[in-house]
Amino acid sequence: MSAPTMSLLYTEVEEELRAAVRDLLTDRSGPAAVLARADTAASGGVPYDSELWTALARDIGAAGLLVPEELGGAGASAREAAVVLEELGRAVAVVPFFSSAVLATSALLACDGPAARDLLGRLASGETTAALAVSLAASPYRPPEPAVELGADGTVLGTVTGVIGAEVADVLLVPVRHAGGRALCAVERTAPGVSITPVTSLDLTRPIATVSFGGAPAEVVAEGDGPVRDALVTGAGLLASEQLGIADWCLTTTVAYVKERKQFARPIGSFQAIKHRLADLWLEVVGARAAARNAAAHLACWGAGSAGSGEVATAVAVAQAHCGTVAVHAAEECIQLHGGIGMTWEHPAHLYLKRAKADEIALGTPGDHRNALAGLADLPGPVS
Amino acid sequence: MIANVTWDEESVAERCRAFLAEHDPARMDRLEFLRARFDAGLAWVHFPEGLGGLGAPRELQAVVERELKGTPDNDPGRIGIGLGMAAPTILAFGTEEQKKRFLRPLWTGEEVWCQLFSEPGAGSDLAALATRAVKDGDEWVIDGQKVWTSVAHRARWGILVARTDPNVPKHRGLTYFICDMHAPGVEVRPLRQITGEAEFNEVFLTGVRLPDSLRLGEVGEGWRVAQTTLMNERVAIGGAQSRRSMINVVAATWRSRPELRTHELHQRLLALWVEAEVLRLTGARLREQLAAGQPGPEGSGMKLALARLHQRLTGLEVELLREEGLTYDDWTFRRPDRVDFTGRQAGYRYLRAKGNSIEGGTSEILRNIIAERVLGLPPEPRTDKDVAWKDLPR
Repeated sequence: MSAPTMSLLYTEVEEELRAAVRDLLTDRSGPAAVLARADTAASGGVPYDSELWTALARDIGAAGLLVPEELGGAGASAREAAVVLEELGRAVAVVPFFSSAVLATSALLACDGPAARDLLGRLASGETTAALAVSLAASPYRPPEPAVELGADGTVLGTVTGVIGAEVADVLLVPVRHAGGRALCAVERTAPGVSITPVTSLDLTRPIATVSFGGAPAEVVAEGDGPVRDALVTGAGLLASEQLGIADWCLTTTVAYVKERKQFARPIGSFQAIKHRLADLWLEVVGARAAARNAAAHLACWGAGSAGSGEVATAVAVAQAHCGTVAVHAAEECIQLHGGIGMTWEHPAHLYLKRAKADEIALGTPGDHRNALAGLADLPGPVS
Repeated sequence: MIANVTWDEESVAERCRAFLAEHDPARMDRLEFLRARFDAGLAWVHFPEGLGGLGAPRELQAVVERELKGTPDNDPGRIGIGLGMAAPTILAFGTEEQKKRFLRPLWTGEEVWCQLFSEPGAGSDLAALATRAVKDGDEWVIDGQKVWTSVAHRARWGILVARTDPNVPKHRGLTYFICDMHAPGVEVRPLRQITGEAEFNEVFLTGVRLPDSLRLGEVGEGWRVAQTTLMNERVAIGGAQSRRSMINVVAATWRSRPELRTHELHQRLLALWVEAEVLRLTGARLREQLAAGQPGPEGSGMKLALARLHQRLTGLEVELLREEGLTYDDWTFRRPDRVDFTGRQAGYRYLRAKGNSIEGGTSEILRNIIAERVLGLPPEPRTDKDVAWKDLPR
């Protein structure tokens, strides 16, 4: 594996990976299939597509992209994971890639010790799926106080809300407090005392759940809160690529629709009122691509030890501040410019709006990321 | 002449060194040096041999600029219209005589060029222009008014589009000329703008007689010739502006005036800083694509985004300054050589930036271009395409 590049373009390897993921999703995760999954979620069920996940995680090897080769992973970088997320965003695919292969995996990569290494090996093969038991609404700038307590007997007690991917995870990674400070624990989902309660969620394709630990046996995988912080930064930076994928689908789909849809005896896409909005949106998406690629490139170099954490933090904050807003704007324009059909359950546009809006809140709002730049870019606020 | 040479970095660098060995700029007149550089094919390497170039790939120009660094240059900022617009058009459409006559003094800066396109009645709809050119023997007689003409008061030549046939639809009745700015009947008046100064002129053309040898391209082909000029103009504008300069200016003001900061302005500044950074990255990605030989459509958007960013940043700076924002540095009627965004006060920047969304294609026209050429959306139905120009409502 050569050193990751800072290039903002896609490498040939990245394009090949994209083509493989897109083929799979076109085949197995088209709009009708995703809508059926959303219906499952809406009626209280678990929407995840386990066959699709197996194909993505094992056959394509996406689960192990961030895991080093010596632990059985692909030894790729954040750049490749970002490309997978772009495609998953374009399809609003219902798989635990972001929760397991990005968030949980990033946390484990920041841990030392055999327990974490062993778990990474299991995750890389795609046999095992993990979830980081932290609220999706957590900000990387103010990670929440651990809500779970690790007792002297090695069991955990407490409740975490707003968790993604828990209902399909085999292992839950839980930030805990204990007598010596903070730590990250691994808990088997099937362990006694673990309960996962799905929450009726805005985002039907990535619902949240409440995870409760009532004295479940836990294994400490790392002391301190460094792994959680790293995972939140990596997650925020890579989420920008998912947001890019969402925005790209919304723009492409809307442009195609306004060419077809006729009112006043002409395609509505010939009206300047619509063309100018789409030109502006295109420009936003072009910027989102540059910003998301920049964040992925910086995270890749950070992982390889060749980028400073200040530069990485700036690249992540810029990408999140921009892409989070662009994805929501693209989804809102998609609904508006589709007119009545965009407001129906039958058309997939609402799935993108729901994902985009949830992603805007996820791992820091655009405002949180802009505020972080006050320090990072030396633009201090008012004195008083 | 060296025939069929394939130029590369090394051979171009070698030619530069050989040129310098024979032409020591310390012992030569500046203009003689520039003329010799042109004759050596080191003016613009992608131009043909004998016309200041080597017929080499365009990117090898960077090698020349590196090798000849520190030698007298042609002050490209002063002759930007000639270099960026007139030269590529003359190269594409000029006769051999025209290329021989005009390109060398254009490049050395001996002859300054201006652009006579826009008219009071033809801005975005350039093809509707009304300046008439009527054939009289071997000459053309020009009557009309042009506007927004930079450096017309110092120009020796102008690139001019005029109507030669009012009886056909507007795009078909145009012809492209080289206008002799010293000819009788050419009157240049400064056009004072909202900043108080006059970067531009109005040019009145009254019975101006141009020989047919100053026609560029065929009669009636003017629109096609003008497209070459306009495409090169947008490339020049997109490439010329520094992507970070305005945010750096405003950020410096912000840092130096802590007593003026408010929470509301802080939020807006941070949002604009993100916008500037995203635009910088977009530009960086665009240059990577170009270097990799995969030019993307992103270029069409850069000017649009920069105009919006500059206007919002400069507006914020004036507002931040409060009482100082009520002042203006200098309303003296002057004729500046170039736009100086950073050397003047906030009020000037605010006012001058208003032109960014108008000059070189309005933001509205650029949105149409993106929508139609990049996104492939259908054009608005047109009522003016198949009507003779003389019958169009005006």
